[in-house]
Amino acid sequence: MALDSKTPKGPIADKWTNYKNHIDLVNPANKRNIDVIVVGTGLAGGSAAATLAELGYNVKAFCFQDSPRRAHSIAAQGGINAAKNYQGDGDSTYRLFYDTVKGGDYRSREANVYRLAEVSANIIDQCVAQGVPFAREYGGLLDNRSFGGVLVSRTFYAAGQTGQQLLLGAYSAMNRQIGRGKIKMYNRHEMLDVVKVDGKARGIITRNLITGEIERHSAHAVVLGSGGYGNVFFLSTNAMGSNVTAGWKAHKRGAYFANPCYTQIHPTCIPVSGDHQSKLTLMSESLRNDGRIWVPKNMDDVKAIRDGKLKPTAIAEENRDYYLERRYPAFGNLVPRDVASRAAKERCDAGYGVNATGEAVYLDFASAITRYGKEQATIKGLDLNDAALIKKLGQEVVKNKYGNLFQMYEKIVDQDPYNTPMMIYPAVHYTMGGVWVDYNLMTTVPGLYCIGEANFSDHGANRLGASALMQGLADGYFVLPYTIGDYLSDDIRTGPISTDSKEFEEAENEVKKTLNFFITNEGKHSVDYFHKRLGKIMWNKVGMSRNVKGLTEAITEIKELREQFWKEVKVPGSSDEYNEELAKAGRVADFLELGELFAKDALNREESCGGHFREDSVELDGEQKGEALRNDKDFAYVSAWEYKGEPSDAVLHKEELEFNDIELKQRSYK
Amino acid sequence: MGSMNLTLKIWRQKNANDKGKMVDYKVNDISPDMSFLEMLDVLNEQLINNGDEPVAFDHDCREGICGMCSLYINGEAHGPDREVTTCQLHMRMFKDGDTIFIEPFRAKAFPVVKDLIVDRSSFDRIQHAGGFISVNTSGNTIDANATPVNKADADKAFEAATCIGCGACVATCKNSSAMLFVGAKVSQFALLPQGQVEATDRVLNMVKQMDEEGFGNCTNTGACEVECPKGISLENIARMNTEFLKASLKG
Amino acid sequence: MSGLLKSSIGRKFAMALSALFLMFFLLQHFAINILSVFSADAFNEASHFMGTFWAVQYLLQPVLIFGVVFHFVMGFVLEIKNKQARQVSYAKNNGAANSSWMSRNMIYSGLFILIFIVIHFIDFWIPELNVKYIQGDMSGLHNGEFRYFHELQEKFLPMWRVALYCLGFVFLALHLLHGFNSAFQSVGANNKYTKGLKGISKVYAIGLPLGFIFIALFHHFNH
Repeated sequence: MALDSKTPKGPIADKWTNYKNHIDLVNPANKRNIDVIVVGTGLAGGSAAATLAELGYNVKAFCFQDSPRRAHSIAAQGGINAAKNYQGDGDSTYRLFYDTVKGGDYRSREANVYRLAEVSANIIDQCVAQGVPFAREYGGLLDNRSFGGVLVSRTFYAAGQTGQQLLLGAYSAMNRQIGRGKIKMYNRHEMLDVVKVDGKARGIITRNLITGEIERHSAHAVVLGSGGYGNVFFLSTNAMGSNVTAGWKAHKRGAYFANPCYTQIHPTCIPVSGDHQSKLTLMSESLRNDGRIWVPKNMDDVKAIRDGKLKPTAIAEENRDYYLERRYPAFGNLVPRDVASRAAKERCDAGYGVNATGEAVYLDFASAITRYGKEQATIKGLDLNDAALIKKLGQEVVKNKYGNLFQMYEKIVDQDPYNTPMMIYPAVHYTMGGVWVDYNLMTTVPGLYCIGEANFSDHGANRLGASALMQGLADGYFVLPYTIGDYLSDDIRTGPISTDSKEFEEAENEVKKTLNFFITNEGKHSVDYFHKRLGKIMWNKVGMSRNVKGLTEAITEIKELREQFWKEVKVPGSSDEYNEELAKAGRVADFLELGELFAKDALNREESCGGHFREDSVELDGEQKGEALRNDKDFAYVSAWEYKGEPSDAVLHKEELEFNDIELKQRSYK
Repeated sequence: MGSMNLTLKIWRQKNANDKGKMVDYKVNDISPDMSFLEMLDVLNEQLINNGDEPVAFDHDCREGICGMCSLYINGEAHGPDREVTTCQLHMRMFKDGDTIFIEPFRAKAFPVVKDLIVDRSSFDRIQHAGGFISVNTSGNTIDANATPVNKADADKAFEAATCIGCGACVATCKNSSAMLFVGAKVSQFALLPQGQVEATDRVLNMVKQMDEEGFGNCTNTGACEVECPKGISLENIARMNTEFLKASLKG
Repeated sequence: MSGLLKSSIGRKFAMALSALFLMFFLLQHFAINILSVFSADAFNEASHFMGTFWAVQYLLQPVLIFGVVFHFVMGFVLEIKNKQARQVSYAKNNGAANSSWMSRNMIYSGLFILIFIVIHFIDFWIPELNVKYIQGDMSGLHNGEFRYFHELQEKFLPMWRVALYCLGFVFLALHLLHGFNSAFQSVGANNKYTKGLKGISKVYAIGLPLGFIFIALFHHFNH
């Protein structure tokens, strides 16, 4: 099957408007006869469920958490981008579009990104109307901050809890529809398969996580908003429950899986403290607005710090290496995430890491504190030479901006970041890859849609900060509700979908068979044992820096680990009760397949782009020496993998990317 | 710092209908840098390897924002530290040789599902009753900057909105009252111009649902504010009281 | 407005209103009692006025009685309802970590105050009703003099009663230490002005019972 992105014709700025003018609509009376299933209730799933219900469809929404409000979108900290140009600093739809395509290292679909930039402004209007308490200036208007990789201030925020506030906004919109009976909410339910009838997605099989009951749910269309798969690395900033199962089951039912190797490693996370670690905590990118990143210049200082004999504050300015400012004078500490992460790894690999494990760099607020302190002292007419006063005033400003993040850091690390620099290290954060979708956000399975982080998305090979929230809400509030109508307009005469068909029965039996296997298998290792080992392989060989040897080894090792898993996994308890180990077993089984495809995709893509860095594809000389080298001639395509059984048998389909409105350039932040 | 050996007294209850009891466990070599839930991970790994059933507890984001984790640790919701959830509580708060009581959040409106997991859907139902502003998600609302909002009010609304809905307030309250949670939700909207339009119905409906769920009544002990991982202020309860009385007078 | 008392907040509001009324009454009661320390005549005059003025007797007194009864009954009703809201109690609960003893034990301080009030009624209020409304003697005189001051002094002669009164006032102080602010919080007053009330609440909650204790001791030792 040839991949058709179904991108509308016409000039890029008119595509979405023209598209909306010409699609088929479903009249309100008919919407009452159409059911839609939404899996996942984060920003994408939650906003989609609310909007579809509002339009009149009967929505069934599913989440594995105990409430839709707990989806992991809630943990997004820094902000949401929108081309409002409230700051008058030259922002526009085109510039947001341009920044996103460039930030994604020219590996995203132009038309989708333009549409995203176009609807971004509506998101802010919508959220304010819903009562989302964005940060404001004293004049009562909305405040903005700047984020990495761009030259304008277009990020709207609510302290360090923007994701929480936006998700609660979407959740409140859902609540309104749940109260009206238009959304039927299934908390603590996990989707375990997609059911296809006559080639179309017509339902799902779920497991009630409390009772263990396996249920059949039918609908005229199925929407997956189930988030990213960063937990394939075991350690990531994702929630413990975040998983790929919904997307992977869709993949097994015929949905192509695109660009699995595009993973964002976020530069500012709290470093790993030991083997007991269960997850990693992000420190918002917004901190790089004010924090300066450095390691000591001299190896002696590094050793003294690791031995606890020297405090970082005691190292003189001239003995510090502010390596981002040194390497990228134009963007400095605000280079995009992939660049910042690799630079940290480079320093730590060279031996300059500042904690016991050698995997940490400093993020230092001392100069920002002094700068803000002086600013305040000037405003208040106080003594500019009183260092203690300046520090106090400066700390107050920093506290107002980042108080919750500093508190979080202190609780985890037990150090006070107001007085000593934070230690940070990159960690897996977001996955740009995902289920392949066309312009309509439909997968290669008719009637099966995928939105938010779960799809292969608009971020290309690297996502800019504050763009995930934007994409999730754009998909759910403003894009899917249109595109799905076009598809459902053919279903107005279909009537209710029966769950008694053989397709449902087969899918249910298959699910039960797997669960039964886990429960009865006489294994010897817990699920986590395998998950941790998978994570180690992924991080060491398919992580921030990849090469042919490592990737080839990873493919073999993951395959072997998967085989061992199916022989030796041990799951206690039974399947007809609350059983977290059983739920985890199913998720890890899917990660073990995805992991291999991930490595295979990384091996196939013989170029460095965005979050995907191949050691064999770097600039060899000139000003950019050592930086990532993209290969537009051979790799300006989306890799969409078709399931054929074993991951090694997956078939590659290419969606060639056309760039008509943006010139492909080397991404330079020098 | 050295590692710790601990005795855990944990509530075990097979399902909602089981009677349940406290059971003792030992864990050794616990690092002070572990989070509390990582310590429970160690226990569970131990239990699984011994062929026993692991202890069921709710958790997800493990960074203090999703509100999924709960636990009543040594007589306090989310344990002895302040302004943290259980997942952010670290073992350095405990000493070698300590005995730690671990119980589920207890309230009639939060029935136990299994072991340490409780059902907090009563919170969701309160929100269904009125925790929203009735605007369609069409995107055709007025421009976001068309209505200026006083910064102090916006900040207060935000502070109220940072509630993570974990239920620590209910678990802590000697009366199992949900007023801090509901007060925060009512306040967020009451403080913003966008929320004024349906303020009357909202507070009446939410309080009605709260009462129907079987939560107790607030006696202003202030324990909820102290144990709240997000430091939600008691002012929100006072504001809800005013809002409710105003609304009742309007009818 | 209908069903206000059926709602949790309505009940709480009513509880607070009755408390505010009772706190005002206490202040007034104290103002008259303290006169007895300075001037027997002034005390007698004031007592006689309060005991015979129609508005006090037929309007304020029933309201007061209602207020007292309501506050107690509602207190018990709420306590029972609140107990029902948690059916399995904690094996270990560290209430001291997050709230004051006073706030957690209002029912016990309240119960003791109830016992005290019963005794107080038997001591003063019932004899008063007997003299005025059963015997019909509204003169307030005994052997040609106002009887109030004398009766007061008589009552504080026995040590056991003085001790009981002092203990009653200690519990009243404990009750007020939480109750004063709590009443304001319940009626929705929690803002920068009520922050200032915190100081006043301490003065009131400790000062007023201390004052009553002083009066009791004064009369015990100055007879």
